[in-house]
Amino acid sequence: MDFQAVIDSLPRYAEPLLVTIQVTVASAALALLVAFALGLMTSSKHLVVRTPARVVVEFFRGSSVVVQLFWFAIAMPVILGIQFDYAIAAAIIALALNYGSYSSEVVRSAIASVPKGQLEACTALNFTPIQRMRLVILPQAWPEMIPSLCSFAIMLLKASALVSLISVTDITRMATLIGGQGGGVNQLPHLALILVIYFVLAWLIWNGMRALERKAKRGVGIDAKLPKNRAIDAPAAAAGGGGAA
Amino acid sequence: MPSPTSNEPIIRFDRVNKSFGDLNVLNGLSFDIAPAERVTLIGPSGSGKTTILRLLMTLEHITPVKHPEENGGVMWVEGEPFSHMDKGGKLVVANERHLRQARQKIGMVFQQFNLFPNMTVMRNVTEAQVHTLKRSKDEAAAKAKELLDLVGLSDKVDNYPSQLSGGQQQRVAIARALAMDPDILLLDEVTSALDPELVADVLGVLRDVASSTNITMLIVTHEMGFARDVSDRIMMFDKGVIVEEGAPEAMFGDPREERTQDFLRAVRSE
Repeated sequence: MDFQAVIDSLPRYAEPLLVTIQVTVASAALALLVAFALGLMTSSKHLVVRTPARVVVEFFRGSSVVVQLFWFAIAMPVILGIQFDYAIAAAIIALALNYGSYSSEVVRSAIASVPKGQLEACTALNFTPIQRMRLVILPQAWPEMIPSLCSFAIMLLKASALVSLISVTDITRMATLIGGQGGGVNQLPHLALILVIYFVLAWLIWNGMRALERKAKRGVGIDAKLPKNRAIDAPAAAAGGGGAA
Repeated sequence: MPSPTSNEPIIRFDRVNKSFGDLNVLNGLSFDIAPAERVTLIGPSGSGKTTILRLLMTLEHITPVKHPEENGGVMWVEGEPFSHMDKGGKLVVANERHLRQARQKIGMVFQQFNLFPNMTVMRNVTEAQVHTLKRSKDEAAAKAKELLDLVGLSDKVDNYPSQLSGGQQQRVAIARALAMDPDILLLDEVTSALDPELVADVLGVLRDVASSTNITMLIVTHEMGFARDVSDRIMMFDKGVIVEEGAPEAMFGDPREERTQDFLRAVRSE
């Protein structure tokens, strides 16, 4: 294996790396929108809202992401006359719809996990359904969603490699292109390189999400860094009792 | 605020039915509550006490009967149909818009407090004032400070509920309910989830509220001493019907019905 050749080829990875990041970030952002839209719709008590969302979710979860990718990149332009200027846009849409559908279940179950008493308090205070969702349910459901959304974001990063199948040059395609020039064995160090790159990117996502989770939990009064938050109950009660006696 | 001189009942249950599936919880229940009256509902669990409060808070809905004009099955609040609405002279089951309007007069304090954990104490008390009563933020904050002072928690405005004891949380919940200026306050076993040493503070606050306002109160509690002190009337329920009712002295001192006697004996021996 020729590691020097890999090091020499590093600058050629710059642009594909940007493509991988672009596809991941853009499709994750879009997937988040899709997840919230479908998650809120599937949480609805109205059948007419819930059913179409359910159909979309099951369709995108139930069919192959690779086929969806080809569909948006190749079949859609032919059948519907929609022409994506860049294959990359088709890739982003396909990944966003697929991962957004999966993540909508995370959103739905986090919303469902908010205790019923919270909804009853909202009724007692006469909040509208929108106020209830915005002020009470989503702020409480959001920290619950983050760990699962983090897993999906990392899976989405890895799935971004699929764009190489529709001739978008991300790091995976670049590795096979460069490595492929000199025969199969030469691919190995390049494949090792992108393995490390994916790992580092996943690690960055993971850390970012951890920070986000901590911030979100502080927003609901849970803070790991301040132990007194949790411990205050007993001493306060004891002090109160002592003071009275 | 209802006028204490008004003769019209503030709450009227007219032959109200409530079933959960096959289970008949209330079967043609009728009673009146006068403005500013404090009524405690007692009785064994499953007797329908909490259901009555939940119907008034619109957390549950009555089981409708046909021709409510003749057959009843209607809840009235302040002389207006509450569970129903007037549609061309006929009473039809209330829709969400009617309930939203109707429940403005009513506040509730829950057994499990149900404070919003994502909001500070201050926001718990101001948020609904701003969003549903359309008060300005300053006005809501001033009201909240006044009420948090009343419940003895003016030093906790910036804390989150998770940083408070159960008793403190329940006192915030009382302030939150009062901030909405309800005509009717529903108290659903508000001390049942508290450690024994925290009960007295909460009941003390409620005694203050009872003596300093003329809010109509419907109370479900197992604290018989508190019930005796604040109530004008005690209603003993069993299986969804009123077994006996009367002034607290009579009810606790010399109950006529055997079921009331049995119940009070069981509660006192706890």
